[in-house]
Amino acid sequence: MVNKENEKDKFLAPENKVHIVIGPEGEEITVDPLKDYFCEAFPKVHEPKNRIVENFINWARAESLWVLGFGTGCGSIEIPPLLSPRYDAFRFGVAMRATPRQSSVIIISGYLSVKTLKRVIRSYEQMQNPKFVVALGSCTINGGMYWDSYNTINRLDHYMPVDVYVAGCMPRPEALLAGFESLKKRIKEGRAEGANEYATNFKWYKANQKKIIKDWNMPDYNW
Amino acid sequence: MKKIVENIKTRFKVSDVIHQRENMTFVTTGKESAIPLITWLRDYEGFSHFILLSTVDWNEDGFFQLTYLLNNPVKKVDLGIRTFILRKNAEMTSAHHLWEQVATYQREIKEMFGINFPGSPRVDESFLLEGWDDVPPMRREFDTKEYSEKTFFPRPGRESNDPATYMKSKLYPNEEK
Repeated sequence: MVNKENEKDKFLAPENKVHIVIGPEGEEITVDPLKDYFCEAFPKVHEPKNRIVENFINWARAESLWVLGFGTGCGSIEIPPLLSPRYDAFRFGVAMRATPRQSSVIIISGYLSVKTLKRVIRSYEQMQNPKFVVALGSCTINGGMYWDSYNTINRLDHYMPVDVYVAGCMPRPEALLAGFESLKKRIKEGRAEGANEYATNFKWYKANQKKIIKDWNMPDYNW
Repeated sequence: MKKIVENIKTRFKVSDVIHQRENMTFVTTGKESAIPLITWLRDYEGFSHFILLSTVDWNEDGFFQLTYLLNNPVKKVDLGIRTFILRKNAEMTSAHHLWEQVATYQREIKEMFGINFPGSPRVDESFLLEGWDDVPPMRREFDTKEYSEKTFFPRPGRESNDPATYMKSKLYPNEEK
């Protein structure tokens, strides 16, 4: 039972394998981390119920965007000045947060290597609904200057639903602020339904993710 | 610098001495004598600082070229030791016992070029490419464009028209050439 190796969990990280933990009173507890530490249920679609209430909630959501401090590629250099006095994203109700569980926006700031994509998916799935994705730079649209690289993805929208693209290589902080403005507009119109889209097309997204992440060693949904 | 090279020549077989700059020289040596030479340079000639280990793939000639770049902080000179190893079943003696950080370079080279360094710590673990199952990507025979198109869902490009032909077909459709 312990550390049973088979084809399926060939890549499973050591801490995620079935193992025995000694309890406080010396009793032995068998732990299967994939079942015990993670929720197995797949994401569900949450349909907006009442239009008037939903409009009000969307207005509130749009005016308080909590951005996950997650930088990939060149764009992670563009985000710190955004919070400095010169650009001051706080004016627009945009603030940074250090953990995915407390943030609602993830900025994919540039090229994504396969290794980073795995971490991005993990972070994205841990965020609470509703969640929004801002894709920064041309690398997330069609691969940009890394379009023929063996290790960077070409199209982000095959792996997670994207709400706003900010084109450029690299877009300046002003462009990112404009991107936040259009994201707000989108949320207020009730069109930023990325989390529901992810739940609806969950199988398609998962198949795409698993196609390129060959050492898949985590649960299918990291909640 | 020339004195150091003369010193080396009395003890080891080296060829192709290139004085790149006043303070930088490259020498080429055989696969077997490379690590003894580096050890001797470190212990007796004061090349105590290891700068980098790089690889070049000479695909047509069937060789990998390894360059160990060393620095002498007292004399402020750099010395590069080049060695050629066969591409087929590429393997090189590990140098991690001389400087710890060499192990990281060797791990990366193992992943990117497929050169094995037996005995080097953690050399078989993945470095950047997790779960890679293709030809090592820095080898010349690896076609990165083909791999990318096969794997990463390329976005279809826009249709583009050559303005001259387009306008001609619009304005003078009956005219030839």
